[in-house]
Amino acid sequence: MQAGAMQGLIIKGLVKEYVPGKPVLRGINLAIAPQGITAVIGPSGTGKSTLLRCINRLVEPTAGEILLNGQDLVPLRGRGLRMARRRIGMVFQEYNLVERLTVMENVLSGRLGYVSLWQAWMRRYPDADIARAFSLLDAVGLPEQATRRADALSGGQRQRVGIARALMQQPELLLADEPTSSLDPRTAVEIMELMTGLSTSAGVPLVVNIHNVDLARRFAQRIIGMAGGEIVFDGPPEALQSEHLRQIYGGEDWL
Amino acid sequence: MNALMREWQRFTPMERFTRWAVYFALVVTLVWAVRNVEIIPEFLIDAPEQMVDLLVRMWPPDLGHYHPAVHHALVETLHIASLGTLFAFIFAVPLALLAARNICPYPGVNAFAQLLLVTSRSVNSLVWALIFVAIFGPGAAAGTFAIAFRSIGFVGKLLAEALEEIAPGPLEALEATGAPKGHVLLKGAWPQIAPAFWGVALFRWDINIRESAVLGLVGAGGIGVVLDDAINFFQWDRVATILLTILVVVVVAEIIVTRLRAKLI
Repeated sequence: MQAGAMQGLIIKGLVKEYVPGKPVLRGINLAIAPQGITAVIGPSGTGKSTLLRCINRLVEPTAGEILLNGQDLVPLRGRGLRMARRRIGMVFQEYNLVERLTVMENVLSGRLGYVSLWQAWMRRYPDADIARAFSLLDAVGLPEQATRRADALSGGQRQRVGIARALMQQPELLLADEPTSSLDPRTAVEIMELMTGLSTSAGVPLVVNIHNVDLARRFAQRIIGMAGGEIVFDGPPEALQSEHLRQIYGGEDWL
Repeated sequence: MNALMREWQRFTPMERFTRWAVYFALVVTLVWAVRNVEIIPEFLIDAPEQMVDLLVRMWPPDLGHYHPAVHHALVETLHIASLGTLFAFIFAVPLALLAARNICPYPGVNAFAQLLLVTSRSVNSLVWALIFVAIFGPGAAAGTFAIAFRSIGFVGKLLAEALEEIAPGPLEALEATGAPKGHVLLKGAWPQIAPAFWGVALFRWDINIRESAVLGLVGAGGIGVVLDDAINFFQWDRVATILLTILVVVVVAEIIVTRLRAKLI
């Protein structure tokens, strides 16, 4: 096996059962290159979120292997799991910022896996982290907002902070779980542009769950269609046809 | 037509029966309580007379008695309340973390922490004071521990409830960054419960000032000791001074607490 084949994210036979005997994911096999944007589409409840959350182990997989740059994440516990999570950034649908903290502290939270409890308590983050946080705030378009409280921001601004927090980890993989579903159409496009632009320039592969097929087509180089806990489509946006959408979402009146 | 035929009922027959049973139980309890208390008519009839007599003996209050005796006792009361509240928090915060089901995922530990909190609450501070007077002897130390042990349950319960109500999303996000549990609690949970924490701290301090005023009745130090002495010697004008002092302190504490809370939250 050549060295390059171990790079990126490789998922083998991933099964997740919340209730025994009722799998939400039915043996997912997937290989994601160490760069590029992959969109996962599919109806609600089909396991898109579960798939993403299995990767950083917010959800415990029932069976299978998840290899990130050669390391299997599934058997990890405790410290080993935390070390692996530091390498994976995540952006959430509801932003999941700590509302009563400032924008700056939310961004610096991306480094909580690296600083001691005492440093975090005294807010003594290393100077390099603070400099990086400022440059990320510039990059996401919030240069003047560092000292504002997160609950004073609009939805689009909060998601920008969410993106900055995830990139603060200097991740090897960026996951985004419905990052635009709570936003208006224009802001959704802006957030997708920002996220895909920043992950591309940082050379970090991005896997994004998304409801909106048009956004997936517009921003992703690869689309994965899921239905009933299985992958039913995998290909470039140009290859995604009406028949595939029918297969993914069912019915056809909506097309 | 069919829609008109349907009948809407607010309660099922079982719910109606339960409501009726609850009302019946309330009436039974009331009747039982009145019969049990056995108010003696002779005492009830001359109560207004006695009350007027007491007020006359209290007037004018012996304000000269305030310094130094009442003043020193008052300062001791304030110390008992503040120190007792502080000790209570030292014990209550870990217990609250163990009792909150979303923070500590072990049902056995949750139940044990809840049991300790309920035990603390189920004993009145006067009873705690009697116990600690037996242990430490009479004085302010007994009062401080009585206040602390009564407050643990109150503070712990409210903090545990505040913890259980926090949004799980931010905690999940911090966990996803690879942060250890302590960091997640510090940066994800604490900011969410901070307003509740300061609210509870001020409210309990306010309650403890009032409670520590009576602890002296069982010898646990503070202004209650002077009050007890004055009552035992029938010095009603001094009693009036002490009661006025307590009133002033409670009002001032109330004003301070209200102002601080408005600033903190």
